Amino acid sequence: MSTPAIAYPASQPLGIAHMSRILGKETKYEFLKLMRNRSFSLAVIGFPIMFYLLFGVSNRDTNSNGIHMARYLLGGYACFGLIGAALFGIGVGLAGERAAGWLEVKRASPMPPAAYLFAKCMGAITFGLIIVGILTVIALTMGGVTLTGIEVVKMFGLSIVGSISFASMGFLLALLVPANAAPGIVNLIYLPMSFVSGLWIPIQYLPHWLQRIAPALPTYHLAQLMLGIFGYANQSSVASHWYGLAGFTLVMLGTSWLVFNRAQQNA
Amino acid sequence: MPATALMQETEAAMVSSATQQQAIASLTNVTKRYGATIALDGLNLALRPGEVVALLGPNGAGKSTAVRLLLGLIAPTAGKARVFGGDPQNPASRLRVGAMLQVARIPETLRVREHIDLFRSYYPKPLSMAEVVRVAQLEGIEDKMFSRLSGGQKQRVLFGLAMCGDPDLVFLDEPTVGMDIESRRGLWQQIRTLANRGKTVLLTTHYLEEADALAHRIVVINKGKIVSEGTPAEIKSVSAGRKIRCRTRLTAEFLYTLPGVTNVERSSDDVVVMTPQAEEVVREMLLRDETLCNLEIASPALEDAFLALTASR
Repeated sequence: MSTPAIAYPASQPLGIAHMSRILGKETKYEFLKLMRNRSFSLAVIGFPIMFYLLFGVSNRDTNSNGIHMARYLLGGYACFGLIGAALFGIGVGLAGERAAGWLEVKRASPMPPAAYLFAKCMGAITFGLIIVGILTVIALTMGGVTLTGIEVVKMFGLSIVGSISFASMGFLLALLVPANAAPGIVNLIYLPMSFVSGLWIPIQYLPHWLQRIAPALPTYHLAQLMLGIFGYANQSSVASHWYGLAGFTLVMLGTSWLVFNRAQQNA
Repeated sequence: MPATALMQETEAAMVSSATQQQAIASLTNVTKRYGATIALDGLNLALRPGEVVALLGPNGAGKSTAVRLLLGLIAPTAGKARVFGGDPQNPASRLRVGAMLQVARIPETLRVREHIDLFRSYYPKPLSMAEVVRVAQLEGIEDKMFSRLSGGQKQRVLFGLAMCGDPDLVFLDEPTVGMDIESRRGLWQQIRTLANRGKTVLLTTHYLEEADALAHRIVVINKGKIVSEGTPAEIKSVSAGRKIRCRTRLTAEFLYTLPGVTNVERSSDDVVVMTPQAEEVVREMLLRDETLCNLEIASPALEDAFLALTASR
């Protein structure tokens, strides 16, 4: 006779319709929140565009070693932009929401945790696509760059893959870094990594010792895949870059999982 | 056979009356340790359906830890947390629970309406937008950006988010912090309405006045342990009473002879007298000293109540 009068909440799984409604709303509001946060949206969209105008468009007539500078830098700044959106949007954004206690309010609600991560990821992808889209338009109209339809489609596809990959690094940073130090730390990682991987100037122009470090960086592998679309990749095989990027993503996700679980146990 | 049937019947009746009193949420002998610090130390707490319980204590007493345990946000180091008969870490229990937590900052670039819309989507049968707006008194600010709200309005939005799922069990962690008096009274009214609708409410506060105004039962905790527990009247009677402050020629020796006076202190020109029977004492003092002036009577700060509560054991 131990049937409790107070009914257990039925632990039925969420219906697909309900789950997709949550995912939709969570994503929509994540995007609106980031877009209206001008210190984020202006910087993350503005910097790659400004750099591309300064170094890419101004070099529309520069061809050296078989590289058309404006075309090369379209690939470089596309990577630079989408990585920035993922690291700042997720790394800094999530660290802030965690420190402010907002994440806890969300966790105390019936929100499925996957919806939160999904929305963060979609936010990064959307901003990545916006940046790559604007850069492409600038390249085509002002940079004297010609692209085939296939190249454009490949660029956008790779942009999505790159956003997801660096979103994983954003998650790890958000778990490790104190919120007030997050923007600084993200910059300290993001800017040197971008430079060494040849996102700002063709990697061939960098000192040799830097060129040797580059293959250890995930940004390098993404950049090589992107430049491969334009025929500017180094000699190394395409597969090695895919492995590099996939391995990096898995390490980031795995470490995030470990850190998260350890934090849960200590909580 | 009839005998067995009768036995079964009485047993069933006993069980049903027992379950009436069965706790909707409980902490049983719960200890929570963070490294070397003990946040909760063998705490027992049971919330029965339909009651408003105030968890009263100073900062760092363990109030928020108790709420977070019952929300399943953290797990006890020892002991058991139960909500609706199940583990609070089970996500399904959250569908019937609403929580207003202390939060430093919530995303500021969303409108009030958008925040509510998102939280409503988490529930299969949410309250309507209009109902949430009404319950949390958000009329007229629905379309404001969160960053444009005053402190009290922000708290009301958080309350509204907690109400989205029409919860049976509501946790309010320091709900009126940062509110002006008008908003505070408004929220108190909403909490009373919740109680009238049969909802169970656990409220943490460090205002004795707030616990007194709202709760059926007050649980006073300090350093992770229960110091005292009872109805508001019971709690107040064991606390130090009220504080009378004035300028008077009456001597301390005399003042100590007045009803219930526990303490007399001189601070500069004034005298501070502690007593639960403030009216009688003041009446007597005014009779005895026509020059008495600068009279103030205050309810004790909680710290004073604590000193009294903890010193008495």
